[in-house]
This record gives sequence, C-alpha cells and structure tokens, in this order.
Amino acid sequence: MADQPTATERLIQGILPENPVYRQLLGLCPTLAVTNSLMAAVTMAGAVGFVLLCANVIISLIRDLLKPHLRIVVFTLTIATFVTIADRLLAAYLYQMSKTLGPYIPLIIVNCIIICRCEVVASKQAPIVAAADAIGQSLGFGLALSSIAAIREILGTGALFGLRVMPALWPDWVIMVLPPGAFLTFGLLLGAINWITDKKKA
Amino acid sequence: MSSENQKTIGGLKSSNLVQAWLVLVLAMGFGVSLAGVQLALGPIIESNKINETLEKIPELVLGNALAAKMATENQTLEIAPRQVTVTKAGRAKFYSVYEARYQGDLKGWVVKTKGQGYADTIELLLGLSPDLHAITGLFVLDQKETPGLGNKIVTDAWRGQFIDAPADRSLVVVKTGAAQPGEIDAVTGATISSKSVTALINTAIGDLRKPLTAGTATVEEGGKDNG
Repeated sequence: MADQPTATERLIQGILPENPVYRQLLGLCPTLAVTNSLMAAVTMAGAVGFVLLCANVIISLIRDLLKPHLRIVVFTLTIATFVTIADRLLAAYLYQMSKTLGPYIPLIIVNCIIICRCEVVASKQAPIVAAADAIGQSLGFGLALSSIAAIREILGTGALFGLRVMPALWPDWVIMVLPPGAFLTFGLLLGAINWITDKKKA
Repeated sequence: MSSENQKTIGGLKSSNLVQAWLVLVLAMGFGVSLAGVQLALGPIIESNKINETLEKIPELVLGNALAAKMATENQTLEIAPRQVTVTKAGRAKFYSVYEARYQGDLKGWVVKTKGQGYADTIELLLGLSPDLHAITGLFVLDQKETPGLGNKIVTDAWRGQFIDAPADRSLVVVKTGAAQPGEIDAVTGATISSKSVTALINTAIGDLRKPLTAGTATVEEGGKDNG
C-alpha cells in the first residue's frame, strides 16, 4: 500500500487541506447547533476527538478481521460505545456543560466524520496512521467549530468564553447566537475560504 | 483457512451467526466495558443530579425573586428528603419528595418525577404549594427531546406557564393559545413532548395528593434517589 498517505500527511491534511467541515462538509449538525458559545464548541470538538481517536484505533487494530458486508455494523458499534463513554464522562465531570450540549453528545454516533474516517483510513491503514488521522481531523473539526463559535459569541453576546471583549456600546446581535446566526456565519466563512482557495489556484 | 477446512465447515461458515462472530464478540466486550464505566461514574452523576436538585429547591418553592433575596441574605430553607411510596394498580411507585421548611413553617414540596417523553425519559422537578393547591415551579432535570422542537420544554418561557397553575385539577395541553387557568400551550411542533411533561405532572400530583396532605401515613423518612 505504497500509495496510501503516511501518518504525517494524514495529520496535516485533516487540519486544513481536508478540513472535515470546510472541505468535506461533514458533521454539520453539531457545527451549526452547538457553536453559539466557544466553550460549548470546544467541549463538542473534544468529545468528537475522543470518540474519533478511540474508534479509529480500535477499527484499525481489527481491520483484517472485518468482513465487507458487516463493517458498518462494527463501525457503528464501536462508535456508539465510545460516544456513551464520552457522554457519561461529561455528565460526571462537566455536568452543566453536558446539560447545555444535551442530545448533541449522543448524536455524535451519527456524526459522518467518524464513520467516514473509519471507512477511509482506519479500515485500511495501521493504527499509527489511523491515530494521526484522527488527531488531524479532530484538530480540523475543533478549528472549524471554534472559528464559527468565536464569531457568533463575540457578535451575539459581546463576550468570549463568557468574558466581555466588546466595548460596552456594542449592541449584541442576538440573532448570531440563535440558529440563523449559525447558518449566516458558516455560509460566509465557507464562502470566504472557497474564495481564498480559488484565488490561490488562479 | 485451507480449502479442506472450508469444505468441512462449509455449512457452518455460511451461517449468519458464524459470520457475525466479530460483531458478537465486540458487542460483549463493549457491553462489559460500558457496564464498568456506568459502575464507576453512575454515583458521581447521581450526586451531580442531587446537588442540582437541592440548588433548585428554593427557586421552585419560593419563586425566583424570593429565592434570590434569600440567597443574598444568606438564609437557607431546611430541606428534608423523603421517599413516598404510592401503590397503584397493585404496583408500588416511588417518589422522591423534598420538604422545604423555613423556620419550621412548611413552605412547599418539591417532587421529582420521570417518565417517557418523545425521545427518551424526561426527568422533572415540580414545586408545589404546601396545601397542594398550586404549582410553584417546574424544572427539567434531564431530557433528550428533539433539538429545536421538543427541547424547548426547558426554556423559561414554556416552563413559566406552570408557575401558579392550579394543582387541583388536571392540566390540559392546548394547541391554540391557552386562555383559562389550567391550560398549557403546547410547544409548536412538539405536542408529544408537551403532553408528556403535563401528563407527568398530573400523575405526580394525583398520586401524591393523599400521602402529602393526609400527614405521614405512608411517608418514610430518608429519601433514596429513585424518583
């Protein structure tokens, strides 16, 4: 498998060139839903990172035992297990945050980023590569979520991590922390990134 | 596997059970590890919930303004947890009830109740006046209702409808603007979630009216948390 990307390549690709949100447009449900505060976005990215890393490594370890027609079942089973563990951990140690994120933590089970990485990388490459890929993709996901959440929280509440950063005169744009704000911010950021990429190519 | 082997277990190999051995083994392993996680973290999560319950009690019994005033004056309610057993249709049902007193006077009750919502179990804290004539507050401890629709049951605006609602009769969920006392506006697009919450409240009040107002006949001291 000489043509498969190496661990370093996988790691770097996940962050920007193959960013799960801005480039692959995967995992958009949490991207839009929990980015009304930076803290929630960071916690979400952490939980997804934990699940992705564990699932990728486990799938990679058992990749030779996978049967083609049963692989999705195995992926889902593995992912669901680690999502449940992440959910319990949050409820035990970050109780308020786990209430804020509510059903979005259990919903990581259906996050396409994870099943995509299991299919594309973990079921084909060694655990080291799978782990590097998971870290890269998680960083990319975290970066995307934080960028959207930072913009929404600053414009919507004038604060970052709950601390006021905008001048007192700033009229909080409440719409930014409401659902439309997520679509606006994400659309504009995505457009900006596409525009920059196109310009570089030309 | 050699071809000879394949022949002898040919029938076995094609069986679904043998094909799925990895799934079954993983399911077993994951099941055991999840049980371990639950054993380790379950008590911590439960104590988080109990702490939150105790924190919410003043607000549920006295209302926001009075509870905030008490907190700034550094006064606290005396809270006594109890477990009430209600026998209904031959089956025992347990309620965790918190009795809130201020300088000896009964200020109200907070009842923990849970039941099926639209997506998963909904867990509620319900504040009731001492005589059980009115609801004094409602708080959603746990829910996994549909984001954007059913999860609006946690908003202050929706929960606020229950404050001062009569507890003497069953609350009714309506879809077109609640006009009369005892009517609750359904969350748009989440009638089932709204009805679940209201039904939980009606059932809890119905079950507890006798035990709480008739004194301590069936009330046992020391609340175990299985609301």
